[in-house]
Amino acid sequence: MSGHDQRKRTLRIGAGASYAGDRIEPATELAARAQLDYLVYETLAERTIALAQMERRRDPEAGYNELLADRFYSALPHCKKTGTRVVTNMGAANPIGAAKRTAEIIRDLKLGPMKVAAVLGDDVLAYCLEHAERLKMMETGKPLSSLEGKIVSANAYLGADVIVDALGKGADIVLTGRGGDCSLFLAPMIHEFGWRMDHWDMLGKGQTGADMVECGANVSGGFFADPGYKEVPDLANLGYPFLEVEADGTVVVSKLEGTGGVINRAICAEQMIYEIHDPANYITPDVVVDFTQVMLDEVGPDRVRISGGRGKPRPEQLKVSVGVLEGWIGEAEITYAGLGCLERAKLAEHVVRERLKIGGVKLQELRVDYLGINALHGDASLPTPGTPYEVCLRFAGRSREKRDAVKLANEVETLVGKGPCSSSIPRKHLREVLAIYSCLIPRSAIKAEVILTEVA
Amino acid sequence: MKTFYLRELAHARAGDKGDTNNIGVIAYEPHYYPIILRSITPERVKDHFRGIVKGTITRYELPNVHAINLVMEGALGGGVTRSLSLDPHGKSYSALILTMPVEVPEDIAAELMLKNRKPIEVTR
Repeated sequence: MSGHDQRKRTLRIGAGASYAGDRIEPATELAARAQLDYLVYETLAERTIALAQMERRRDPEAGYNELLADRFYSALPHCKKTGTRVVTNMGAANPIGAAKRTAEIIRDLKLGPMKVAAVLGDDVLAYCLEHAERLKMMETGKPLSSLEGKIVSANAYLGADVIVDALGKGADIVLTGRGGDCSLFLAPMIHEFGWRMDHWDMLGKGQTGADMVECGANVSGGFFADPGYKEVPDLANLGYPFLEVEADGTVVVSKLEGTGGVINRAICAEQMIYEIHDPANYITPDVVVDFTQVMLDEVGPDRVRISGGRGKPRPEQLKVSVGVLEGWIGEAEITYAGLGCLERAKLAEHVVRERLKIGGVKLQELRVDYLGINALHGDASLPTPGTPYEVCLRFAGRSREKRDAVKLANEVETLVGKGPCSSSIPRKHLREVLAIYSCLIPRSAIKAEVILTEVA
Repeated sequence: MKTFYLRELAHARAGDKGDTNNIGVIAYEPHYYPIILRSITPERVKDHFRGIVKGTITRYELPNVHAINLVMEGALGGGVTRSLSLDPHGKSYSALILTMPVEVPEDIAAELMLKNRKPIEVTR
């Protein structure tokens, strides 16, 4: 177990996941072979937590990451052996439920004694509903009370402080809900090196390192390969990254020998800029990070040193993601092939648009794509050379009422037999719209706490 | 001057926050960076992303990594969670930005062609 007597050494923090459904094996391999001090699983996107809240409403025992048991059954035995502590937001909408399940796994695998911490306090739905007339959405400037849809969740981005608290209490596994993604990685650094929570430059350095791995394999070869331009060796066997952090905040990002992927300056630059706006002012709950002096140096094979990150005082207010049910999206697609396929697809589009009018289908927005021609970039697409041999026609429409989204999908489905000749069998899909809006609330509105369980 | 796709000079990654998309565009070589600064302006990007970006485009410079960050508001069909697109996050916009035509001086054009990177024959 890592302790304060060992403060001067290099800290090793692995990134075992970067979204809810992430792969299992690479994290297990990190746990087994990377001699980690900490293994971090980041599994929450903006929308994931709102979906989890709805899941929990249906089943009070649910609402945490569905792959938690799969991940822990395979990784925890290694973590126990190497003294690796785990920090994760797999708690999602139900950190207590996640902690209970984790305790069962520990008992089942006979890994005790271990301490499991659940971090609470990010759920601020009650506060947001109470202050809905005053809290303005960052996207529209209007108050939450002006929303037509039903507000189903509100979760604040907690910082590293409460995780540091849990680690200070000796937790081997920390399960949080919503928090800053980078804070999951920053907390172990603060805990191990004893950094002050207002040493902004130090936190800025740590957060710069955290930012490199918070999207997991996106810094070790994932979402990077472009044959002939950006080569990634053995992408199928992609290794997930880990950080080596020094007490002065210098970080090396690396991956296990014998795994696929690549870590070089180019991919680190991509990851550093990913999902930031002003690079001099990247706002996190713990510190405002300045990336404009960061240097990326290749110091070995698949090893890049990150230095020069800086920080400014943390924001006074915390961001909240508000989940709102806003109606339904119906989607359907049909494919035509052979000579004249594009003409048949265009006729099919015309037919569906007319039938939507005949049926009085009320859509807030309708989108029609020709896959293979313009589906992703619309009018900005480069012209397709020649005539396509096949084309997939896709409709997507958003409606207030479920029946209108259903009707759209059905009008596409019935193109077989009632539309142009020679098509595939259509596929259709219906989903509820869970929109996410953001607002800011004062830190004083948050009551973060740690619930610790000792598992014998 | 010769015209190349931006793809020959730079690589890119795109991400999302709400209805805002951002694209990091990074020069393959430090001496390509001035060309990127000159040619990938918010005005030209807005024109290139016609029909996609409804709001303001802000360009930030990161000379430390020879990169720019393009922050495009109103670019995700009303937001990731409401979008009707197959790519609600706009992750594929990194590929779209690399289709921008860029004017390249003769010496760098010669360097690119030595690497078997070809200029655009017919511009649209």
